[in-house]
Amino acid sequence: MDIAKHWRQRATRYRMQGQRHRETGEIRFPARPSALCEDPAVWEPYILSGRGEIYSFTVLRQSADGFVDLTPYPLAMVRLNEGPLVVAQLTDCEEAELSIGQPVEMVTRRLKDTGEDGVLVYGYKFRPVLS
Amino acid sequence: MMQPDRPVGLIGYGVYIPRYRIAANEIARIWTDGQSGAPIEAKSVPGPDEDTVTISIEAARNALARSGIRAEQLNAIWIGSESHPYSVKPSGTIVAEALGTTPWISAADWEFACKAGSEALTAGMGMVGSRMAEYVLSIGADTAQGRPGDALEYTASAGAAAFILGPADECLAQIEATVSYVTDTPDFFRRADRPYPVHGNRFTGEPAYFHQIQSSVKRLMHELDRQPQDYTYAILHQPNAKFPQAAAKRLGFTPEQLAPGLLSPKIGNTYSAAALSGLCAALDVAQPGDSILVASYGSGAGSDAYSFVVNEKILERRHLAPLTSVYLERKTFVDYAVYVKWRGKLVMG
Repeated sequence: MDIAKHWRQRATRYRMQGQRHRETGEIRFPARPSALCEDPAVWEPYILSGRGEIYSFTVLRQSADGFVDLTPYPLAMVRLNEGPLVVAQLTDCEEAELSIGQPVEMVTRRLKDTGEDGVLVYGYKFRPVLS
Repeated sequence: MMQPDRPVGLIGYGVYIPRYRIAANEIARIWTDGQSGAPIEAKSVPGPDEDTVTISIEAARNALARSGIRAEQLNAIWIGSESHPYSVKPSGTIVAEALGTTPWISAADWEFACKAGSEALTAGMGMVGSRMAEYVLSIGADTAQGRPGDALEYTASAGAAAFILGPADECLAQIEATVSYVTDTPDFFRRADRPYPVHGNRFTGEPAYFHQIQSSVKRLMHELDRQPQDYTYAILHQPNAKFPQAAAKRLGFTPEQLAPGLLSPKIGNTYSAAALSGLCAALDVAQPGDSILVASYGSGAGSDAYSFVVNEKILERRHLAPLTSVYLERKTFVDYAVYVKWRGKLVMG
């Protein structure tokens, strides 16, 4: 069972919680442990805006187990406004609507159903910004 | 009539409606050769990655954006629905985690058919009104199921409405009072472990919807010494287009009072969100001083009625999140095949 693996990532996935450097203001996502030479308190939890733009994208037509209901679906690299680049699914859109540089916003969606006796996995996806 | 010791109001509100729709005539094409009369034009369909948790999160984020408070200031998150993704495991904790309010918060899921959301609203009034809480997030949300071919399949849809209750001096709409009217009426039910609900035949309609809604609305107006014409808008639970229009006429409300909050012709019956998303749509167009009467209805059966008075804060807050019309106009129609695939109605063998 992967329950613990999914649970550990809840802050990252549900609300895009990353980290901000208390001194430099640098923002990183996802959160990482501090380096050995660093004061562990120097990186504070920080919730990113969820806003960004499409850096690149593709469309998956042959998908892995657990994603059949979604197929075909777009997958994108998104450059977040705060700087980090993340890979995530796009949702609520058609391939023809998408373009590089397009503004997108984060939504929390169901990522995967792990089966009748498993957990539902939720996390971030992106969609074209609502007008 | 119930009124809190400390005056309570809505300090934020937010709605969510999925992007997808299925036309009623597309459902009729499959089951009746397109011959039957449809109770609505179209209904909303949740996308394949949406459920009551995800639509609650978006409505809640919209409500928070309008409220001006931080998520961690919330004291309770209560979600009313008949389509919680888990039978055992609260939706409220997932939504709370997504908003960033855990761990010092009360969270619970409510159940009362289509009025589970308004039960959460009334309970929130009590928490804030008694000063046990400063701010409560009450949500009505559903991704309703209808048996293929059943009359319900034309209307059972998806949507969410979220409200942040707080002290009236911070609110954009004060809740003057509420009443609850409930009776044991077997008009509509779903047994545990059954996938689809059923109608209790003759109980649907007159002894159920009309009796409960008329009772709650008449009592509230009587206790507040109001007449139908005293209200700017009236919102009644909307399982289809006809019922709320007929009930409004009987109660003395005009089509003009009903129109801004009547969403069912375009999105169907969003169950726990039906009356409450109508309230959001009315708040989107309301002016300071306007009054709004809202009556939910839940099968089983009962109705909660509320009287709201809108103030000037609505003008600065309504544009801090997407208006209901943005979600209504964002629509992509799917055919019956895509609909049954997404809604889990295919037997995969």
